[in-house]
Amino acid sequence: MLTRAKGLAEAARLIRASATARGLERRVFLKQGLSLGALTLLTGCDVTDTSAMQSVLDGISRWNDRAQAALFNPHRLMPTYPDSMAVKDFRYNAYFGQSLAPKIDGDSYKLDLSGLIDNRKPWTLQELYALPQQSQVTRHVCVEGWSMIGKWTGVPLRTFLERIGADLSAKYVGFDCADGYYSSIDMPSALHPQTLLTFKISDEILAPKYGYPLKLRVATKLGFKNPKWIMAIYVTNRFPGGFWEDRGYNWFSGV
Amino acid sequence: MTDITAPGLQGVPKVIVHPLTVRITHWLNALAMIIMIMSGWRIYNSEPIFPFSFPIAVTLGGSFDGSVDTHNEDGLAGALQWHFAGMWLLAINGLVYLAYGIFSGHFRRAFFPVGPSAVIRDVVAALQFRLPHQLGVYNAVQKTLYLGVVVAGVIMVLTGLSIWKPGQFQELTWLFGGFDTARVIHFIGMAAIVLFLIVHVALVIIVPKTLPPMITGRARAHQTESGS
Repeated sequence: MLTRAKGLAEAARLIRASATARGLERRVFLKQGLSLGALTLLTGCDVTDTSAMQSVLDGISRWNDRAQAALFNPHRLMPTYPDSMAVKDFRYNAYFGQSLAPKIDGDSYKLDLSGLIDNRKPWTLQELYALPQQSQVTRHVCVEGWSMIGKWTGVPLRTFLERIGADLSAKYVGFDCADGYYSSIDMPSALHPQTLLTFKISDEILAPKYGYPLKLRVATKLGFKNPKWIMAIYVTNRFPGGFWEDRGYNWFSGV
Repeated sequence: MTDITAPGLQGVPKVIVHPLTVRITHWLNALAMIIMIMSGWRIYNSEPIFPFSFPIAVTLGGSFDGSVDTHNEDGLAGALQWHFAGMWLLAINGLVYLAYGIFSGHFRRAFFPVGPSAVIRDVVAALQFRLPHQLGVYNAVQKTLYLGVVVAGVIMVLTGLSIWKPGQFQELTWLFGGFDTARVIHFIGMAAIVLFLIVHVALVIIVPKTLPPMITGRARAHQTESGS
């Protein structure tokens, strides 16, 4: 599963590389005409595809990562709501249809650990369920603009990271998922009290479409930073990126 | 600033009607507005609030087809990159303009006093095409429009912060009625600014002599005294 996804990601990179080559032809045109008028004429098409412009935008996005990290207050809690406001039939969201959601056998499931972690022994679902759990009713904000209040239950990621002897001074915590999705968050966000390794939504064990058996709930970040169907967690100082992040979404994406 | 004189090409004295700071911030703001509005339209398209979408051709955010082909997404990533790059230009340029306007006395001289009776009088005069247009002096309609768009710009930045950071700036988001309401206000503010732009550009087309002073800052002295 993971290999197939990596193949897809590689294919996407190759396609993007050829798009960059096409962009070079346009660059001359853009250089001649990047005035206000030219900008309006180039609407909806090629401005971002020009590699020079794209690298400027990527650079500003990295700057925005740093600005948001500076803005992030590790003690600031996201607003919480009464249970009655939590949506029961939560919106399904992934880059594939609901019927394609991975179906994972909970009995044979093992959470793999790697990177800067003392005890990298894989965890069974029963071992995870035995950890201290808590619930939160918070607002899930999607990068697209919609938002939805939900109730999630699980173990704080901080508790889990401490239990496995993770290097809490490392920069990133990364996640690999059964559907080929991958994402990563900064350590301060990983240690935030409202960041949970989630087993339940609306007081029920996650349905396959919601990421059974394991989903990350990061109340301080946009929805796409909340990976589902998590198969592996790693701690690293090397920037891991993410599925949508590598396709142009801002990496930090704090709310 | 309006009484600084400089010799003109034909010996006609010229006066500065738009200070340099106003001219620079005006054009940088025009660029920022175009970036924010057009990228904002594509962001809106990914989750429309109302039952319509903006045509892709008038939105900003890179190749739409290319995004769909290679990333299976509707060009949202590029639009967000433009929007969150443009915000720095808009905010920093806006702060420079506001600070200059307040501390130099520019706002006080250019926009005040303005009252309802003067606005009604000038609107009636404008509709009868009898409103004199003096370079460097704003009539009550202009004062209202320019003040209004400055206020709209401030609201756009504040609602923008509310929906960008409904967690870190949760008090601000609360002030605008919560995340979803703040989104709607952000949209209405955009609509108000676009309406302003239409009127603003239409008036420049009707009275073209107002354009060069926003570039050079200068107008011949006698132009400032004659109506049109």
